[in-house]
Amino acid sequence: MTGGSALPFGGSLGVWLAIVLIGLATYGFRLSFIYLFGRIDEVPPRIKRPLRYVPPAVLAALVLPDLVTIRPSVAATLVDERLIAGAVAGVIAWRTENVMATIGAGMATLWLFRFVVFA
Amino acid sequence: MTVDGASPDGNSPDGTPFDSDVWAGVRDVSPLLLGIAPFALVAGIAAVNAGLGLAEAVGMSVIVFAGASQLAAIELIGANAPLAVVIGTAVVINVRMVMYSASIAPHFADYGRKLRAGLAYVLTDQAYALSVAEFEANPERSRWRYYVGAAAALWVVWQVGTVVGVVVGAGVPDAWGLTFAVPLVFLALLVPAMKDRPTTAAGVGGGAIAVAAAGLPLNLGLLVGAVSGIVVGLLTEVFGE
Repeated sequence: MTGGSALPFGGSLGVWLAIVLIGLATYGFRLSFIYLFGRIDEVPPRIKRPLRYVPPAVLAALVLPDLVTIRPSVAATLVDERLIAGAVAGVIAWRTENVMATIGAGMATLWLFRFVVFA
Repeated sequence: MTVDGASPDGNSPDGTPFDSDVWAGVRDVSPLLLGIAPFALVAGIAAVNAGLGLAEAVGMSVIVFAGASQLAAIELIGANAPLAVVIGTAVVINVRMVMYSASIAPHFADYGRKLRAGLAYVLTDQAYALSVAEFEANPERSRWRYYVGAAAALWVVWQVGTVVGVVVGAGVPDAWGLTFAVPLVFLALLVPAMKDRPTTAAGVGGGAIAVAAAGLPLNLGLLVGAVSGIVVGLLTEVFGE
């Protein structure tokens, strides 16, 4: 976290360049078959099959490094407020499939361990 | 084939956009907005914490308009990752839109190019899933009007939520760790995405490799983990029987 004012990443110009290029690529994906329909009606199976695994693979790769940091000992790796909060939130996500309940449970557990248990 | 993108499609003879089909889309998407609102707030909060300003945060929400990729990009920007890694990671996350585009394309085939170009801009996981289900259940429905009703409601909530998140995020002490809400949002999306053995393997593999690769230079860990997870899912599908 850098606070509110620093301009990371080569300054604001770099940020805008990233935004525009990501936006263009994403729009291209969205438009692809909507535009091409009539010429290409079906996604070729060779493209379709890997696409099925994009959401779970990407989401897990986003989540786990924020919850787990590999430390020299197993105990030090496991006794981590983020991992405990993530485990609680994971159970809530599984039982409720509710975004708000998952955020609420995870943040409450994080604060409990940060400000009370480990304080 | 209608050439004029804005012409009525025959299902709504009054020709006004604000008719019952639009409102049906708004109505059906309303429960999903409850899940999108906190997601948008988190996008705004995370943007502030990564050092982005209001203009950049809102600019990203308007130009990219795809939550998971925005949060990943914001996280990488905050970590000073190289431009190519930020873009590459976001692009991998959004490539799934090709699937949605292909799946919804037959429903939009009769519309003109301009209308289709506009409809594509607001294509999201939620608008796609809701609309395709409705088109199959209710063929009488004006497709573009229903879709626009759902998609526009999502768009408005996403933009308003981003702005509120930027304002709120700027006023909350760092110690509260509000950016921890980012992995929690993804967790809420990840759990239902792991619905069978290959998708679960893709999630477990992608997550484990991303943790192991967290120390890679250039913040390549996320990209390496995501691509590895896709491969693990495919291998499980092929060799899992």
